[in-house]
Amino acid sequence: MPVSKETLDEVALSEKEYQLIVEKLGREPSEVELGMFGSLWSEHCGYKHSKALLRQFPSKSKRVLVKPGEENAGVIDIGDGLVVIMKVESHNHPSAIEPYQGAATGVGGIVRDIFTMGARPIALMNSLRFGPLTDSHNRYLFGGVVGGIAGYGNCLGIPDIGGEIYFSDCYSGNPLVNALCLGIAEAKHLVRARAYGEGNFLMLVGADTGRDGLHGASGLASRSFEDERELRSTVQVGNPFLEKLLIEACLELAKTDWIAGMQDLGAAGLTSSAVESANRGGGGIEIDVLKIPRREKGMTPYEVMLSESQERMLVVVKKGYEGKVKALFDRWELRSDIIGFVTGDGLARIKEGKKVVAEAPVNVLSSSPVYRKHVKKPEWINQLQSFDVNSIPDLPRKKVKTTLLRLLASPNIASKRCVYRQYDHQVGNNTVVIPGSDAAVLRIKGTKKAISLTTDGNGRYCYVNPYLGGVIAVSEASRNLACSGAQPLAITDCLNFGNPEKDDVYYQLKECIAGMTRACREFKIPVISGNVSLYNETRGEAVYPTPVVGMVGLIEDVAKHCTSGFKNEGDLVFLLGDGNVVDSSIGGSEYLELIHGTIKGNPYIDLEMEKRLQRCCLEAIRRGLTNSAHDCSDGGLAVALVESCLADGRGFVSSEWDIDGRLDAALFGEAQSRIVVSIAPKSSWKLQKLADRYQICATKLGVVGGKRFILKGFMDLSLKEVGEAWRGGLEKLL
Amino acid sequence: MKFGIIVFPGTWSDRDCYYPLKDILKQKVNYIWHKETDLNAYDCIILPGGFSYGDYLRPGAIARFSPVMASLEQFASQGKLVIGICNGFQILCESGLLPGVLLRNVHLEYRCQWTYLKVENTSTAFTSKCQNGQALKIPISHYEGRYYADDATLAELEADKRIVFRYSTPEGRVTDSANPNGSLRNIAGITNKKGNVLGMMPHPERSCEPLLGSIDGNIIWESIIAGI
Repeated sequence: MPVSKETLDEVALSEKEYQLIVEKLGREPSEVELGMFGSLWSEHCGYKHSKALLRQFPSKSKRVLVKPGEENAGVIDIGDGLVVIMKVESHNHPSAIEPYQGAATGVGGIVRDIFTMGARPIALMNSLRFGPLTDSHNRYLFGGVVGGIAGYGNCLGIPDIGGEIYFSDCYSGNPLVNALCLGIAEAKHLVRARAYGEGNFLMLVGADTGRDGLHGASGLASRSFEDERELRSTVQVGNPFLEKLLIEACLELAKTDWIAGMQDLGAAGLTSSAVESANRGGGGIEIDVLKIPRREKGMTPYEVMLSESQERMLVVVKKGYEGKVKALFDRWELRSDIIGFVTGDGLARIKEGKKVVAEAPVNVLSSSPVYRKHVKKPEWINQLQSFDVNSIPDLPRKKVKTTLLRLLASPNIASKRCVYRQYDHQVGNNTVVIPGSDAAVLRIKGTKKAISLTTDGNGRYCYVNPYLGGVIAVSEASRNLACSGAQPLAITDCLNFGNPEKDDVYYQLKECIAGMTRACREFKIPVISGNVSLYNETRGEAVYPTPVVGMVGLIEDVAKHCTSGFKNEGDLVFLLGDGNVVDSSIGGSEYLELIHGTIKGNPYIDLEMEKRLQRCCLEAIRRGLTNSAHDCSDGGLAVALVESCLADGRGFVSSEWDIDGRLDAALFGEAQSRIVVSIAPKSSWKLQKLADRYQICATKLGVVGGKRFILKGFMDLSLKEVGEAWRGGLEKLL
Repeated sequence: MKFGIIVFPGTWSDRDCYYPLKDILKQKVNYIWHKETDLNAYDCIILPGGFSYGDYLRPGAIARFSPVMASLEQFASQGKLVIGICNGFQILCESGLLPGVLLRNVHLEYRCQWTYLKVENTSTAFTSKCQNGQALKIPISHYEGRYYADDATLAELEADKRIVFRYSTPEGRVTDSANPNGSLRNIAGITNKKGNVLGMMPHPERSCEPLLGSIDGNIIWESIIAGI
């Protein structure tokens, strides 16, 4: 073999994969070709360990106009000639090395994915995971990531409407930083990411190309790494001002008929954007690297093709329109250069002046091998699941108060306001429900409609049961949308796992995807886009399997949206859904980990009941019956009630509760399929009737009123005290 | 009555200003690219929020050299109305049309939140429809909004009643805890000596609809419209 193992390691290819390349090309690849293969066949671009599994996801519905894979993201029809597009992507590894720039460029990358299709980005969200903030390095990572998201996103004028933040030991040193962007477009102005039409020009727009981010795709995101310091140069630096100019210029361009396609430069830089758009267009491309403006001298063709310099776009300009397109970019003070053209020969030809430095078939470059593994359920998961709830003493009545305060102050449950107030969540004049409720709501100007957006994914549940964890991630996202009054439309997902070459991790990935698929089919929600982030490990220890589900829903009449806070004194509070809370529902809960230091158990969900609950909740909101709706999740029923009190500053007085089983399960257990609603007393019979029709329980819990949180016979605290615990829990750790 | 909204590279409140003026208040309104220089068609010019030139050097420090700014100075000297919001306020201070500077927030964090502004002077062209002492619910969204000026300037501003808005409680009490960024004397907005140029950090264009949480911004727009 003429290449060394070190060379192959550098591009993250195995010897077998190298042999496959030689076989397909009929010769040894050149240096540039090898780099291109390494990037395109990496996990990050080629999805070689996950592709076979991801195919299970349903991707169609009558609203899906473009399927994922055909374009950067699937497209959803919301009527009135409008479409929404969304995608979530990870920037975990760069953020572990340089948190501010890692997170900032994560935002930049996902925003480009959206406006490259001609859609105006109107919302950002983030799903974040860190190690405990008691550790100073984790605090550094947290501060950097939040600062980077704020610094980049605020400069763009796109509202950041929330997301989620969780903390666990398993994320120490390997934080998860998933960024989601949603855009809206007129269907007629959608732009395809296709390089087609022989003789059309390839124009590179935006930043100059430098050595930053070399091997980002093949190295950082596709392998485990031990010594992060060596990898610092692989992280890019963002320029949000340049991105803002690109957004405006590209959206203006999208309304013309001067271009054949547009594709942003992300992981693997020009290599992936040129080759992937050629692959979609069915032709070939020729690029002269000498025509690419450089940030520094002496860059080789290899470096130019693999650079991950940010804020660059590849525009396929129709022949004859290049002058007009250039003038448009000039007006925005953006650099644009013709660097090549579309060919009809199906080859990706890279030249340095007259010399050809790479020439490989586009379809070979784009078809990475697909790996499948046959794996068994690891014994340690069986052990986690065989948890006996009776091995833990039940909560004594006199400890209810302190336990609730501890849970409220847990950074996993505590208010995230100290974070989201650093994000401009109002720019755009659309934000109807700001971060902090079950889902954020944005109105669609010029219509009566609104969209609702949430992200969900409980790593702890997936750790103890990857399949059900996957089912629950989708179910909870859908439940959150139901609480806002929205009908779910589509999912974008980001799957954060460890090294898939390990059997146990592959098992988690396979089961989790199977669980998500099952729930997507039950709820009939298509997956329109997604991203896989594997190799999330520190010193050989994988993070919890953490699927993040981003879900968008539609509210036909924005006047009929709902929020989590209690609204009126005297309203009755009901629990809709599963009325039979079992003791085992403390398994995998925040309570069990925080109070007893145990991460064990087995979650449970009845999908039929879940569907009936969500339909019931949606109908109640649409009929205007409920004044608030809030999902019971982390911390269980007691925490959900407190959150509904604190949202708008109204107290709660419970009725006499008759608790059969364990007290901790009743108050803090995380049984699924439960929603706390409040309703005017005169309408409560209608709610009962509705619940009967959907065959779910509607249990009266108490009354809204006063300035105290009272669970009769268990505890009585002022809103000020519970509020201080909840509001200060996260902030005081920073 | 015709409004003009100046757009610099990096501006993002331009569309947020356009929407309420056009669609809610039914006014004539145009965008003005920062390279244009003819402002004769307008009665009121808005310098909207955003990050002109990325705020990389200092907010407003580069935008003040845009070609439109010389025309704006002329426009203001004719007594026509100019309102600078957020980044627009920063640009007005940088260009010398308003005194003082806007420093980084005292806690060194970006803040996006609802604030209340006590109206201190109802005789300006921007506040004529307000009640004396009224607290307007209008949000802020900035990293560099801490108003600072030397004592002599502050004394002059006070004496001339040019401090139009101060951060306050919902009841209109001016307190330290109601100050979101550490601005001297809770200053949220000031005018020039003539009273025809207003700079304010909060975003009145974000409080024009009940659906979005407040309509108090409309009182400022309606004051402007009524005065012309």
